[in-house]
Amino acid sequence: MNVKACLCVLLILLPPALRAQGYADLGGPAEGYAIPQSGYQFEFPRDHGPHPEFRIEWWYLTANLTGEDRRDYGIQWTLFRSALKPTETEGWQSPQLWLGHAAVTTPETHYFAERLSRGGIGQAGVSAEPFEAWIDEWSMRGPDPSALTLTASGPEFAYNLSLNAQGPIVFHGDAGYSVKSADGQASYYYSQPFYTVEGVLQLPDGDVKVTGQGWLDREWSSQPLAEDQSGWDWFSLSFDDGDKLMAFRLRGGRGDFTAATWITPDGTASPLPDGSATFIPLDTERVAGRDVPVHWRVTLPDRDLDVEVSAITPNAWMATRFEYWEGPVKVTGSHTGRGYLEMTGY
Amino acid sequence: MNRAIIQALLSHWLRHRLQLVTLLIGIALATGLWSAVQAINAEARASYQRASDQLALGLFDELRDSSGPISIERYVVLRRAGWQVAAVLDGPMRVVGNTVQVMGVDMVAYPPLPAVTQIEQSETPPDPAAMLTAPGRLIAAPELVPILQGQDGLPPVLSSNALPPDLILTDIGVAETLLDKPGQISRLIVLPTQPRGVPLLSDIAPELELVKATDQLDTSQLTDSFHLNLTAFGLLSFAVGLFIVHGTVGLAFAQRRAMIRTLRALGVSMRRLVWIVTIELAVLALIGGVLGLVLGFLLAGVLLPDVAATLRGLYGAPVDGQLSLQPQWILAGLAMALGGTLLASGHALVRLSRMPLLSGAGLQAWRGSGKGQRSSGFVGTALIAGGLVIGFVFEGLVAGFAMVGGILTGAALVLPYLLSLALSVFQSRSQGPVAQWIWADMRAQLPGLSLALMALLLALAANIGVGTMVSSFRLTFVGWLDQRLTSELYVTATDNQQGLQVAQWLKPQVDAVLPIRSVELSHETGPLFLYGIVDHQTYRDHWPLITSSNGVWDQVLAGEAVLINEQLARRSTLWPGDNVTLSPGHILPIAGVYSDYGNPTGQAIVSMSQLDQIAPGADTRRFGIRIAPERATEMAQALRDQFGLPRQSVVQQAAMKAQSLAIFDKTFVVTSALNVLTLGVAGFAILTSLLTLWTQRLPQIAPVWALGLTRAQLARLELLRSVLLAALTATLALPLGMVLAWALLAVINVQAFGWRLPMFLFPADWAYLFLLTLLAAFVAAALPALRLLRLPPADLLRVFANER
Repeated sequence: MNVKACLCVLLILLPPALRAQGYADLGGPAEGYAIPQSGYQFEFPRDHGPHPEFRIEWWYLTANLTGEDRRDYGIQWTLFRSALKPTETEGWQSPQLWLGHAAVTTPETHYFAERLSRGGIGQAGVSAEPFEAWIDEWSMRGPDPSALTLTASGPEFAYNLSLNAQGPIVFHGDAGYSVKSADGQASYYYSQPFYTVEGVLQLPDGDVKVTGQGWLDREWSSQPLAEDQSGWDWFSLSFDDGDKLMAFRLRGGRGDFTAATWITPDGTASPLPDGSATFIPLDTERVAGRDVPVHWRVTLPDRDLDVEVSAITPNAWMATRFEYWEGPVKVTGSHTGRGYLEMTGY
Repeated sequence: MNRAIIQALLSHWLRHRLQLVTLLIGIALATGLWSAVQAINAEARASYQRASDQLALGLFDELRDSSGPISIERYVVLRRAGWQVAAVLDGPMRVVGNTVQVMGVDMVAYPPLPAVTQIEQSETPPDPAAMLTAPGRLIAAPELVPILQGQDGLPPVLSSNALPPDLILTDIGVAETLLDKPGQISRLIVLPTQPRGVPLLSDIAPELELVKATDQLDTSQLTDSFHLNLTAFGLLSFAVGLFIVHGTVGLAFAQRRAMIRTLRALGVSMRRLVWIVTIELAVLALIGGVLGLVLGFLLAGVLLPDVAATLRGLYGAPVDGQLSLQPQWILAGLAMALGGTLLASGHALVRLSRMPLLSGAGLQAWRGSGKGQRSSGFVGTALIAGGLVIGFVFEGLVAGFAMVGGILTGAALVLPYLLSLALSVFQSRSQGPVAQWIWADMRAQLPGLSLALMALLLALAANIGVGTMVSSFRLTFVGWLDQRLTSELYVTATDNQQGLQVAQWLKPQVDAVLPIRSVELSHETGPLFLYGIVDHQTYRDHWPLITSSNGVWDQVLAGEAVLINEQLARRSTLWPGDNVTLSPGHILPIAGVYSDYGNPTGQAIVSMSQLDQIAPGADTRRFGIRIAPERATEMAQALRDQFGLPRQSVVQQAAMKAQSLAIFDKTFVVTSALNVLTLGVAGFAILTSLLTLWTQRLPQIAPVWALGLTRAQLARLELLRSVLLAALTATLALPLGMVLAWALLAVINVQAFGWRLPMFLFPADWAYLFLLTLLAAFVAAALPALRLLRLPPADLLRVFANER
């Protein structure tokens, strides 16, 4: 995903004053860390695994689900890696920190949980082959990312889902080199947006069998935001006709930076440059003491797209160590469908 | 008009400066002693709070492995099963001759610690990378920082006053290097929020034991008894101080009766007078209170280091030796002064308000009647009975103190009745008019003196009781040290390998090398230290067993039984014949119980082979060495030279005993200091009471003088009266003190410390105290007697001329 809920777990331990500089410290300098280069040749399964020489990285899965009760549900499963130093060490001294976020969104309620660990002792990590990303008892595993079992639990919820990819991996930007600002900050970014999902959600009111569609984002970088960028609005939409759209807007003091990828049902990805998509907030909702735009108009003239995107559950607020909005959305207008919306920096 | 009234009232104090000083001293002493105790208690409690915030003692459940440290792999297994736990590695570290506790927590997983939060919010927060990766950072109390900074090889140190003075907080990754315990975890904190469907502990880590937060040995619980003790002393001092206030205020009012009558005759309303007098008392109370606070602060400053040493020595509770001035302490002290003064003066004020306008300035009306003696005697008896019932029916420290409180208060209330009874017995046996008059006069004076005598009784009983307790304890302790520290030398090697070398090197040169190996287990009553011993006559001859079954040593050394210490026995009511669970699968019958003073935790002894089964890999670093005493010094030096051991690693028995006794004596410095102060205050109370009575004496003495007794004779009788009453009170205080000592030794000590002590009697101490009491009474009566001696006969004659 794009500049997804980053993390720099640094800020877990840092005073709020220091956090003002860029959302979650993503705007800081990248001394000593590797920098994404255009023309990078991805190699799998290696690149499904971690890249400790980069400062931040994530395995980010969201899914729009329908229960046997015909209601809409959404789930999130995220593992962030944040490096205090661009190295890895065995034992407690490991400078690699891992942060897990999991959530289940029902039409009424948003349940979430958070886990934090350091690398080096086996409590959290990612192995490329066979593929497993884990923190504590949460895991996303399979022989490779095309077939996954996904589990997570919190005090009020748990889920156990199986995911099967129905299409190829998709690269964003210039063959996976995704530019994030006019100054050229960039990340490596690819997705698997073609999962079918089935499994069981365990909720306080009982178990719910669900089926639906899932979307995995893989991204790593060392400084994906420009210094003036304070947050982002990110959309992953799956239309009923089989096309998909990834689009984001980075809000900056010098103006917004946008990017998008149009994905056809066979997995052909077309990057769309800065300015091709427009994002207009239509309505805000008071969530966690702030006004969060949960109703949007998104247009993409190149593809004759003019849709309204609205949150299924407006209070899908992640009150975690760094806070953001992440939840399932419904799409109406020129295209219909559903997807996930993430908003940070509000 | 108010101005004139105030002037008139104040003129009294100008003419009676000594009385004013006495009153202020009374208030100041009461407030001072009370406030000192409060300050000490508050400071100690704040220290525990800091410590337990950091250690999360009693806040969270914990997982422990009774056989030793927990591995990182085990931690990851638990985590990957969903258990939300945080790893902690603790251990002691020597820094410049001091032992400090290192607490390494997984700062990534641990709930927010006050010290970490404080440092994050400081002006220069550390980089998290610096905290979590080599070399890491240490966090310590400000007083410890310079010591640590002077050490080579330690990570940079950050200062936080949220930490107790002997604790270093750091990340677990730093702690494992510092303590040289790589890959070890001492305990796992169970975090408050757990996910759904966590598997049972017995299914994933059966060797770990869940220790409930409430089961853990809580420092504050242990030390509560000590604080209760101090508070009781503080209250006693406060009460005794109030006796002085009562006496002085009564005297001042008595002397101002004529003036008040005049003021009333001039048209001042009683209401206004009462108000002005109340305000006058309040102002005096505040002045005395401020003096008392200064006194209390100084006293607390002097006593606190000893208290801190006591708490550290006795319970291992970390207490700062520094005193800080808290606003609530000042307010509470002033409120106590104000409340106490008004309480002590209430009687006098009520009498003032009821004084008829035209009543004579006679003193009979002012004096308490003897009628109350009988009823207060009944109340006192009831209190004693109630105290005994509570003490025998209920368990626990508070019940123990309630019993002691009931007995003491009851005895004080019964005292006037008993004294009066004794005096009438003497009166009926005496012959001749002078003797009869003396006894009768003493009975007549009793109501006015009874409060001071009650104070004296309490002070004496406390002195005898606490003194007997401390001396009994010391005697027992010395005997126990002789039994327990039998080896002439104790050596601690730097590691197990050196330990073996030391043992081999020693064997041909000494009588015996007795390994001292132990491991910390957890028991339902708290931590349990398990020791292993080898078969040696030393144990059989000397070990201080309180109770044992037949063939105790054979059973224990055959690995068939266990010895436990008294604390464990009393806490979990296990005695010879019962079984104790040392760890899952290791249940042994108890063959004996031994005394183990000065140790807050449970302890057990098994044979060395049993220890190896229960906890394989216990350190073999410490040894007791039996050697001819005259060779001990030479051997100690040889050991140090041979193995390059630091001085403190080879300790001679004599030095160890001296050190233990020094700690013991320090423990009771505070108690004895408060003891002496209370007695002093009681003596002062007698003085003020006698001075109060003095004004009432003339009308009674004048007729006797007129009948032919000289002033010198009367002055001698005055002294005799005071000394006699004090002697009677002291005689009654002796049995009371015995009861108190018994309660302290057999009830309160058992509850507070977990050991029962035999009671020893110290008649020489009592004789000394008795003489001291007589001396105090003599000194207190000297001033009134001297006045009598120098009284112009005209004054005595004037009594007959006066209308009263």
